[in-house]
Amino acid sequence: MLELEHVWKSYRIGALGSKRLTAVRDVSFQIAPGEVLSVVGESGSGKTTIGKMVLQLASVTRGTIRLDGADVTARGHRERKAYYRRVQGVFQDPFSSYNPIFKADRVLETVRESYFPRTGRGEWNEKVENSLQAVRLDPGSVLGKYPHQLSGGQLQRMLIARALLLDIEVLVADEIISMLDASTRIDVLNLLGELKERGLGVLFITHDLSLANYISERVVIMRHGAVVETGATGTVFGDPRHPYSRNLLASVPQLHRKWSDDPATPQELEPDGDRSVDPPPLTRVGEQHWVAAHP
Amino acid sequence: MSADLVLQTEIVGKRNEHLYFALRNRKVVIGSSIVLALLLLGVVGPFFLSSTPNEYVGPKSAAPSGDYWFGTTYFGQDVFAQFVHGLRSSYLVGALGGAIAFVIGLSVGFTAGYRGGLVDEFLNMITNVVLVLPALAVLIVISSYLEVRGVVSQAVIIGLFSWPWVAKAVRSQTFTLRNRDYVDLARLTGKRAPQIIVREVMPNMASYLLMAIILLFGGAILFAAMLDFIGLGPTNAVSLGTMMQQSMAWSALHLGLWWWFVPPGLAITAIVGSLYITNVGLDEVFNPKLREM
Repeated sequence: MLELEHVWKSYRIGALGSKRLTAVRDVSFQIAPGEVLSVVGESGSGKTTIGKMVLQLASVTRGTIRLDGADVTARGHRERKAYYRRVQGVFQDPFSSYNPIFKADRVLETVRESYFPRTGRGEWNEKVENSLQAVRLDPGSVLGKYPHQLSGGQLQRMLIARALLLDIEVLVADEIISMLDASTRIDVLNLLGELKERGLGVLFITHDLSLANYISERVVIMRHGAVVETGATGTVFGDPRHPYSRNLLASVPQLHRKWSDDPATPQELEPDGDRSVDPPPLTRVGEQHWVAAHP
Repeated sequence: MSADLVLQTEIVGKRNEHLYFALRNRKVVIGSSIVLALLLLGVVGPFFLSSTPNEYVGPKSAAPSGDYWFGTTYFGQDVFAQFVHGLRSSYLVGALGGAIAFVIGLSVGFTAGYRGGLVDEFLNMITNVVLVLPALAVLIVISSYLEVRGVVSQAVIIGLFSWPWVAKAVRSQTFTLRNRDYVDLARLTGKRAPQIIVREVMPNMASYLLMAIILLFGGAILFAAMLDFIGLGPTNAVSLGTMMQQSMAWSALHLGLWWWFVPPGLAITAIVGSLYITNVGLDEVFNPKLREM
């Protein structure tokens, strides 16, 4: 169980860190094993920053992140390395996730170097093959290739295979399919579903509502660094209460609707204000449904 | 089957591509040949010649002959012996000064670029201070303070003052590379920062670093020659610069002793010029857009 409790993140910017930019404001949620939680929001809403904080690639300014009750924020290198055995991430751009001058399977080899230095070569190769097969990749056709010789979908699946080499409990998937083409998207998405079945908690970060609806049980909608609406996916998408959520849902292009039919006019929203103050509190509006106060 | 073969050769080809084009680039081949030939002369030559090139061995002011290939000085010293020893110390200054500058520049650049934030601002400040220091003036002051100046101390001084541009270039390259996802992925694999820099960031700028080494090497040789020429060279050794300074001091030009100052001047020009030509050639090797094909 991964829990975020009143997490804030502000970056220092400008000369000598004189200014601050608050990216995440007072965000709390949990991910249970075997659950996919989607974090949805526009660019700059702080969703990627949340993923980075969970992966400890960015420090937490205020608040705590707990894994099975133990605080995991800001620890030493040794503890962090142990943490990465249980929590792993896959990023948006498959081509940037691989060092272009090395072969792609080096990402698997470095895992062995760091975590399984004593595992024998034969045993390791078997482990690699198993995890590649678990993500439905043919070991023969992806091992020993350079990243530019593989497709985006293959590369993303190989990164998931890399995460599976460790005994992970939580996977942070930051826009992992937004750079893939339509036909491979659904494969990777279904793969996440299978991981969920295996008892993995997945933090699915996306800007695409239909993907969030497809894969996740619960959803968190973010805007300007704060949560505006959260709850069970069906409830939130079926009955959006916050005007921002309604705009988001209305802006999803649908297969059987044309632009010329009825261009939806989005509702006016309050502009981005002072981010250092507490965001509007969430109130419970139904079973498994919370929404932020709005004018 | 044939598709497999194509892929196979492509893998092999990528590895050796740079070497392949380097050996076929005229600039690289000619430039490095000259540099290596003179290096060979400087390294091997002294073993066959007197180890005291400043000794008065022959007739005074003799023109080049079979006995004294480059003639003798106004005092009867063997110019060829001096030249060979001078080559050796010039290369030593270049290698040592260049290496010191490279190591400092690399450390500062990587630390600033990778850490960012306040560390970066502090290191950047130091870099800028050293960059705007009038290096020549400082070197003159320091050199004239040292009673006995050797080739090594000269190289250290030069090295301490010529790193800033390397630091700046490495810092900005590291800045762009550290935001790549593969750096984050290496952190997720439990790697420490120095490991990430050496294994993920550095290989991506290997060609750039090679060219930085060459330019630092040539720069150090040139700077040493400049110091030597204004009389701040090594007091206990011969270098190409001190040879020219001596020939100037004893009016070799007016006395028509051209063999005294032409060889060292030509050698410095050849070494530095060839290094720059090699550098331009390597630029073409690493950047396919510049290849003349």
